[in-house]
Amino acid sequence: MIRFEDVSVTYDGAAQPAVQGLDFEVPEGELVLLVGPSGVGKSTLLGAVSGLVPHFTGGTLRGRVTVAGRDTHTHKPRELADVVGTVGQDPLSHFVTDTVEDELAYGMESLGLAPDVMRRRVEETLDLLGLAGLRDRPLATLSGGQQQRVAIGSVLTPHPQVLVLDEPTSALDPAAAEEVLAVLQRLVHDLGTTVLLAEHRLERVVQYADQVVLLPAPGAAPVLGSPAEVMAVSPVHPPVVALGRLAEWTPLPLTVRDARRRADGLRERLAGQEPARGTTLFTGPLPDSRPPTTRWRIRKTPAPTPARTAEVQALSVRRAGIDALRRVDLTLAPGETVALMGRNGAGKSTLLNTLVGLVAPTSGSVRVGGLTPHRTAPRDLVRRVGLVPQEPRDLLYADTVAAECTAADADAGAEPGTCRALVSDLLPDVTDDIHPRDLSEGQRLALALAIVLTARPPLLLLDEPTRGLDYAAKSRLVTILRALAAEGHAIVLATHDVELAAELAHRVVLLAEGEVIADGPTAEVVVASPSFAPQTTKILAPQQWLTVAEVREALA
Amino acid sequence: MPSSNPLKGRGELRDQPGRRRTRRATDRGNSSRAPNPANVTHPGAWWTWSLGLATAATRTTNPLLLTLLITVTAYVVATNRTPTPWSRSYTAFAKLALAVLLIRLLFATALGSPIPGTHTLLTLPEVPLPHWAQGIRLGGKVTAEGLTFAFYDGLKLATLLICVGAANALANPARLLKSLPGALYETGVAVVVALTFAPNLVADVQRLRAARRLRGRPDRGLRGLLQVGLPVLEGSLERSVALAAAMDARGYGRTAQVPASVRRTTTALTLGGLLGVCAGTYGLLTAEGGGYGLPLLLAGVVAAAAGLRLGGRRTLRTRYRPDPWGARAWLVAGSGAAVAALLTLASVRDPGALAPGVVPLVAPTLPLWPAAAVLLGLAPALPTFKEPS
Repeated sequence: MIRFEDVSVTYDGAAQPAVQGLDFEVPEGELVLLVGPSGVGKSTLLGAVSGLVPHFTGGTLRGRVTVAGRDTHTHKPRELADVVGTVGQDPLSHFVTDTVEDELAYGMESLGLAPDVMRRRVEETLDLLGLAGLRDRPLATLSGGQQQRVAIGSVLTPHPQVLVLDEPTSALDPAAAEEVLAVLQRLVHDLGTTVLLAEHRLERVVQYADQVVLLPAPGAAPVLGSPAEVMAVSPVHPPVVALGRLAEWTPLPLTVRDARRRADGLRERLAGQEPARGTTLFTGPLPDSRPPTTRWRIRKTPAPTPARTAEVQALSVRRAGIDALRRVDLTLAPGETVALMGRNGAGKSTLLNTLVGLVAPTSGSVRVGGLTPHRTAPRDLVRRVGLVPQEPRDLLYADTVAAECTAADADAGAEPGTCRALVSDLLPDVTDDIHPRDLSEGQRLALALAIVLTARPPLLLLDEPTRGLDYAAKSRLVTILRALAAEGHAIVLATHDVELAAELAHRVVLLAEGEVIADGPTAEVVVASPSFAPQTTKILAPQQWLTVAEVREALA
Repeated sequence: MPSSNPLKGRGELRDQPGRRRTRRATDRGNSSRAPNPANVTHPGAWWTWSLGLATAATRTTNPLLLTLLITVTAYVVATNRTPTPWSRSYTAFAKLALAVLLIRLLFATALGSPIPGTHTLLTLPEVPLPHWAQGIRLGGKVTAEGLTFAFYDGLKLATLLICVGAANALANPARLLKSLPGALYETGVAVVVALTFAPNLVADVQRLRAARRLRGRPDRGLRGLLQVGLPVLEGSLERSVALAAAMDARGYGRTAQVPASVRRTTTALTLGGLLGVCAGTYGLLTAEGGGYGLPLLLAGVVAAAAGLRLGGRRTLRTRYRPDPWGARAWLVAGSGAAVAALLTLASVRDPGALAPGVVPLVAPTLPLWPAAAVLLGLAPALPTFKEPS
């Protein structure tokens, strides 16, 4: 269905091809997963299928890409619109109209389908994707998962033979991601659609794939094979695969269910051992400057401590007629890492914004380092609390890394060179004159983190830090954050990434509809919840292991 | 109206697994849904109605009639609007209208008024201006006549704005696009996309100013606004490019092959038609061109329409559920047109009542039959003609 014949793509002004040596075929009716670290050209490959590369992005494409027999050299994206449906990373930038039903019809209108055919297909698609109740809703009012489903539906109505998706679940909470994947599964099984998708969160998708295309490194030739074969050698892999490799299971399990069947032996070897959480949680790979934090900090009702980084009492926030937060209590102690979890729109970002003074509480009190954030001047507040927003780009204004660092030193009133030293620690190979926009997603996050850390705030907040990060960038982030916690920074992460929470957090706070529904040690909270439990926990239940690293340490 | 709240609805939706979720979604969806296209009134009808009322407003300065017009629009909007984002525009336009009225009064007070008046209300200190600024006055006498004139004039302008606001609130501008001829559709999409640029820009500015606070810089003041300018523009540009890519990949701009002769005829008809319209309008507006003006204008319109129709052959587009022009659309458009026609007639037959004098100052009276004519504009709010829900 999709054929790459010795394809390479070189963007204008680039010395190296973005991808090269692509020579493979995607058969009809298969779900093919594209994996690889950040920056290996996954999006370029996907764009080449829909013809957007090179017709829209510029650059030179050598070789030949054919989709359903049409050569993308001679067919522009709009002439491929009836065979390829493309959904990008951000569904909002994909929408042309403003209500669900019009959006579903838009592609068909462009193709000139007959009105009765359009009507029928819109109704079918509404049912297929479970959108019937939302048909007249304005798109801007939908949740992330609903928007993603509408975006998929909008390219589905012209009945394309090929569906191309770039990170369809990255921004979604676990439940919404499952909704979207169930739809894709159904398309492949019931309609015989060929699906090509790229995704960083392999733990969510790898079990659905028929084949995996691995781009191991920039410019390297792709590896094609069955999911189990490719995962055995892939530098990026989900925890279930890491555990399988550790325990040397063959064939390699890809699902929690397969892994559980083979896990008896491992469970026996681990029986009687306790996860060494006291040390793994408080001392990262970097040397610990403080004595290990005592246990009482992670209890739900801590004993009165002399130093609390932040205290939130009976906090309610009401915005635009919505109760974003209802009577939330939260105490943060130095050196503590808290994961804030819950579905899209549960109030996680609002809570972080309140802590940093962007949102004023409607009632209740917020104290950060003895100050009331929304009444404190920004200059003083940066030394108490720092937030890395969901889009780290928002924090960056200057056109070079060096200028950004100088500005950060001035803003924080720190010694000149403080920020640059932090950047060198976090990003060893980034030079002064790079434009922040040319950094990869993970590098940009690290730069924003360095800027926030320049003021040395005792409380550090991160909103969805792992969105768009590959496993390598994520593990670097984990190392950095562990070191910061060991130095006594209190850290709050709002995240959908259960694996990250399991690895990093001492405590998990679950939010639902603006209320705290669970607050306790990570092991207790995530083990109790099927959708928030990490894969390792599910595999080794009833034993309470959270990460592969814990298991590896216990076996050593 | 808590159930119209999309965010809350969304939160509750997720709780329901499987089938139940779908049913719940339907229940909750009802409250904040846009009108179903099957029983919606054609947006063109609403625009005709409100432009009819606006035309009526230009024919009179009688504050009682103007207030009556505003009341009519407010009542119809209140009874017919749907809980959609664009329906909030009526309030926005009403505020704008009030601001316009106040500014008009302020100018009349500060800059004086050309209306000669004898009832002096107060005397402001007059600023002496150099001789080259002759004819401009700052301060000085403020007369009741001048203020009344400014009030009548401002109220007329305010009524026009409110009429436009009513059209915006009742008919989604994007739906009007569906009624454009095929040849113009793609230009129309470009315009609508460009219009959404502004709200996105405002949202971006707000987000980035908040981000300034995170870096310890003041988030208010002009400097703050200027410093986020470049990132905001970069962001909007990136979004536009992403949207353009998405539209291209979804078949925007696909064209059909048409013979060269048809293409040439289309160009000739459209250009000739537009020239005819221009020349005809000029003829109508000048005193001496009365003879050839109207025929030329009509010929131009016909040629341009034929050109557009022929040009439509190049586009493959079809329409999904176009809005039907039904009995209700006739009623809505007709009531607006009737108000416009009757008030125009009244302004010819009884100019005194529709434009109450300010020199000498007289209390305006409500002329009976023009007032009754304005009330015709209420027809869309009649319960028997309400949209089936």
